[in-house]
Amino acid sequence: MQQLSDVTALAYLLSAVLFILGLNGLTSPVSARRGNLFAIAGMAVAVATTMFAPDMKNYGLILLCVMVGGSIGIVIAMKIKMTAMPQLVAMLHSFVGLSAGLVALGVYLTESGSGPPDTALMVEIIAGTIIGLITFTGSLVAFGKLQGILKPAPVVFGGQHVLNSLLALSAVFAGYFFTVSDNLVFLLVIWAVSLALGILLIIPVGGADMPVIISMLNSYSGWAAAATGFTLHNSLLIITGSLVGFSGAILSYIMCKVMHRSIFNVVFGVSSASKTEGAVEAQTAEGKSVKTTVVEEVAFWLKDTGKVIIVPGYGMAVAQAQHAVKELMNVLEANGVTVKFAIHPVAGRMPGHMNVLLAEADIPYDHVFEMEEINPEFVTADAVLVIGANDVTNPAAREDSSSPIYGMPILDVEKAKQVFVIKRSMRPGYSGIENLLYYRDNCSLLFGDAKDVCESLKAQLKAM
Amino acid sequence: MSQPMVAIYILVLAGFIGYWVVWGVTPSLHTPLISLTNAISGIIIIGAFLVAGASAGTGWPLAVGLLAVTLASVNIFGGFVVTQRMLAMFRKQKKRE
Repeated sequence: MQQLSDVTALAYLLSAVLFILGLNGLTSPVSARRGNLFAIAGMAVAVATTMFAPDMKNYGLILLCVMVGGSIGIVIAMKIKMTAMPQLVAMLHSFVGLSAGLVALGVYLTESGSGPPDTALMVEIIAGTIIGLITFTGSLVAFGKLQGILKPAPVVFGGQHVLNSLLALSAVFAGYFFTVSDNLVFLLVIWAVSLALGILLIIPVGGADMPVIISMLNSYSGWAAAATGFTLHNSLLIITGSLVGFSGAILSYIMCKVMHRSIFNVVFGVSSASKTEGAVEAQTAEGKSVKTTVVEEVAFWLKDTGKVIIVPGYGMAVAQAQHAVKELMNVLEANGVTVKFAIHPVAGRMPGHMNVLLAEADIPYDHVFEMEEINPEFVTADAVLVIGANDVTNPAAREDSSSPIYGMPILDVEKAKQVFVIKRSMRPGYSGIENLLYYRDNCSLLFGDAKDVCESLKAQLKAM
Repeated sequence: MSQPMVAIYILVLAGFIGYWVVWGVTPSLHTPLISLTNAISGIIIIGAFLVAGASAGTGWPLAVGLLAVTLASVNIFGGFVVTQRMLAMFRKQKKRE
């Protein structure tokens, strides 16, 4: 690869600074939009600098591809529903991964035959290929599971880890022979192995573990870009890749911590599946019964109360109930009730998923609180409405040391005067653990679709 | 210092910046964080440009490079637009009339 000119290098430095400022903007919703604009500016500088380099060839074709790809991207981004954000992100991660693999291949095709093989370059090409393509197929599997094309349940079979290890080992061997022989065939073997490995690493992960997986693939896509930076000796790619890589890694860490999972298990594709099986019998609330209630009763309770905390979960997203929730909030506030929202870090299918849905429904973000902020407030709440959330409210996490979720931080909803849980059925949450909350004296279950229930609650309250 | 060593220096130092910046991101914006980092990882397009524009020749390097350019463009435009869309929705309480 040719040396960068000083002008280009300076422009790239400017881009890197703009990217950092862009991410830094996300510290608060107030500065966030400006942050995104910084990042866009950084990208524009980098793209323009590279495109207008004097020795650039095939200019027209490249521009055409940018326009085609860009239009597709814009159309998808404008049309996507906010509830489908996890799928979109998974799909976009797969594109970064495949691009990294293609760039590595392209660099090899361009450089091969121009002198003896450069070992460092070969190793960098191998790294870019492996990371990129694992990201590619891994993200495709995640996309398939989120979109419902593939079954979201974990796919586990005997010898899975042995197979994965063998594949990883064969990638190393193929890499060695590729470096020594400079033969394209070995690179293609690495392609095949990496593509297979990406699939095998993600199929054992269940739907509810997706927040970790999305974050992890986010991280991988960053490392893929960084590896490409090594191949091309391009510092901007390394800096950006490293930023994204660490961002995803931190998110994965946060998600693992609040889901009470070891990051090691997730990175090496150990799912919660094995632990789930033992879990079902571990917790059964014998001899206890749950109370159920009806919309009229709940509406009556909520009518003149002082403070209501709403806990949304994935069930709200599935039922597309966020707008109905907002209308319910409006009616309650019109009655003089204080309404707050409590968000558990893993609610939904990706980090921050619930916040985006509530924002979409035009619920002001100063009504929305994170777990640490809101937990002390449940004691003072007159009523809690749990909408489509389950495990994140289960007191077993605090009380039952034999429970698989023991130690996982939860929302202290049971401390409120009264808890209403809107649920479609008695089916337990993803972990298969019965929710002890439902057997508490101050908890009543309201069966039904989240959206329908919120709408009829609103209608009832208005009629009163 | 060899070129790969310089690259490792950059990787590690940029990692520290990323580490501190990302811990500062408010959890309510974690979804936009993912979509924004996704958009900027479209920076891989620079590599795709270099592959596609390296030689006037035709054949495999050009095809591979152009496919990578297209994919990375979807990422960049899609990622930035969807991030902007999401961020535009985050509002404070409107003044009561």
